Amino acid sequence: MNKSVKKWLLPLALILVLSLVFTGCSTASTPTSTSVTTTTPAPTTPALTGSFKIIGSNTVTPLSAVWAENFMKANSKVSIAVSGPGSGVGIAALIDSTTDICQSSRLITQDEINQAKAKGVTTYEIQVATDALSVVVNPSNPVSELTFVQLSAIYTGKITNWKEVGGKDAPIVVMSRDTNSGTYTYFKETVVQMAGLPTKDTTLEYGNKVLMLPSTEEGVSQVAGNPNAIFYTGLGYLNNTVKALGIKKTASDTAVKPSVETSLNGTYPISRPLLYYTNGVPTGAIKVYIDYCLSSAGQQEVLNAGFVPLKK
Amino acid sequence: MLQQNVAPTAAAVSNKGLRRRLRLGERIIEGWIFLAGLVAIVVLLGIIFILLKEGLPIFTYTNPWEFFFGTHWYPVSNPPTFGIAPFFVSTLMITVIATVIAVPIGVACAAYLSEVAPHRLSETIKPIIEILAGIPSVMMGFIGLALLSPFVQSLFHLNTGLCGLTAAIMLSLMSLPIIVSVSEDALHAVPREFKEASYALGATKWETIWHVCIPSALSGIAAAVMLGVGRAIGETMTVLMVAGGALAVPVSPTDPMTTMTSAIASGIGNAVRGGLQYQALFAIGLILFILTLAVNIIAERVLERQKRKFAR
Repeated sequence: MNKSVKKWLLPLALILVLSLVFTGCSTASTPTSTSVTTTTPAPTTPALTGSFKIIGSNTVTPLSAVWAENFMKANSKVSIAVSGPGSGVGIAALIDSTTDICQSSRLITQDEINQAKAKGVTTYEIQVATDALSVVVNPSNPVSELTFVQLSAIYTGKITNWKEVGGKDAPIVVMSRDTNSGTYTYFKETVVQMAGLPTKDTTLEYGNKVLMLPSTEEGVSQVAGNPNAIFYTGLGYLNNTVKALGIKKTASDTAVKPSVETSLNGTYPISRPLLYYTNGVPTGAIKVYIDYCLSSAGQQEVLNAGFVPLKK
Repeated sequence: MLQQNVAPTAAAVSNKGLRRRLRLGERIIEGWIFLAGLVAIVVLLGIIFILLKEGLPIFTYTNPWEFFFGTHWYPVSNPPTFGIAPFFVSTLMITVIATVIAVPIGVACAAYLSEVAPHRLSETIKPIIEILAGIPSVMMGFIGLALLSPFVQSLFHLNTGLCGLTAAIMLSLMSLPIIVSVSEDALHAVPREFKEASYALGATKWETIWHVCIPSALSGIAAAVMLGVGRAIGETMTVLMVAGGALAVPVSPTDPMTTMTSAIASGIGNAVRGGLQYQALFAIGLILFILTLAVNIIAERVLERQKRKFAR
């Protein structure tokens, strides 16, 4: 008896120490929501029951999570599961009928609509918020603004040193989300391929030296720790460990920093809709939930989560 | 492979009189074991069949040459291109480095535990090492992200610590417990007479370990190494988190890279069932399967030859 206790004591102590270390890690890597939340409770609908899933964009996840939490607090018989592996995953899940709501940070493509139709799914689109897609660098980086052409050259691998865009003589560590991400697709079509510019080129792709990261949190924490890194992220993931760059379409424009105001007044050039897709017009608990998201209480949460609410 | 260490004493005990009186219970158990064996084979064949059925159709879109040696992987572009050379090279590179790091340390550790360390010390250390094997791979990923990658970055003056080398070091840590544990068992099973004979001839401890213990336990050690290699090839989560995820064919171990497993893991959620990307990912799975099969077959051959060499 005594011997077996001794035998297990050391491993046990090790587990305890390790678990402490990991608790430290996980708290450090959670995105910090800077704003003080003024939560308005969601409206209670009596006798509302049901459970549904929201799968998709990593960008929209913090927002959906808050909405779902508030909604479940007010309607205790409804359960909502939110997960954010990426917009592409959400759309694939909607097509395969394995989710009820798909959250997406990019528009669904005609190809995907057709694939859905072939499987008997009619996609129905609802814009729930707007996002100012931010390009972030380490706070120690002297570069404070970039044009679309420069960003495109950085992400295609034509520019590899910060001094070519007015920074220090240091290599650029280019980071992107992986192909699951709606932000990956949106950024490629809008910035890398320079949509709306005379230099637009739809054959451009991310360069093969670009680091593809599995989550937005990882990218932001990498930029926070690496003085030469550049990454793009939703406005909701910005915090004071990284610096958001001012963006301008051409060199003659004035650079605009991403924020709720610049996105609402249309001056920030890479604002994009955050969307929910459902199979057909939503009904039942899903309809009540989406009505809540679009209500003024729901849109207040958009602001709290660091995104841009819909225009009234 | 592992069963070879079991001493063949049980079979020798059998007695003609007993064998004739086969009871019904024994028949049932025999049938049960036969069924269990059959299930394993059926499942294996099923997996091979599904891999072939889902994976092979990609070759009607991309010819095998382009698929294996193509260096561009843009699954969500229009039109998509599928070239897996970067993943293949990355997997080989990371596995080889992880093995080169883990095997000498692992075998040396096993030799120490089995031949040198005092009994009480090895009794304490072994369970701890086995606990190391139980740490979930995502936690190893965390450790790699938080501790190892900044260290590797500053040690080699890299642009980013997320690279193949970091992944390989983490993988070697993960395969160490298996290698230590299995080769320690093998070393332990070496008959005492061998060692005593060696000492009687005036050999030192080192000479005994190197010339007697390790050669006679070689089949077990080889099995341990193969298990370690298998773990390194198949590991996904850790590699996905720390290897960097660049799509270029890696030139040096300090380049960011994507292995075959992480390519599958990061792409499969996004892939619509039956679509081109889905098929391409299954084809990668098929290649991974063939690769591990080849490793096992080669190991079997090596083992056979070694056994003949040390036949007694």
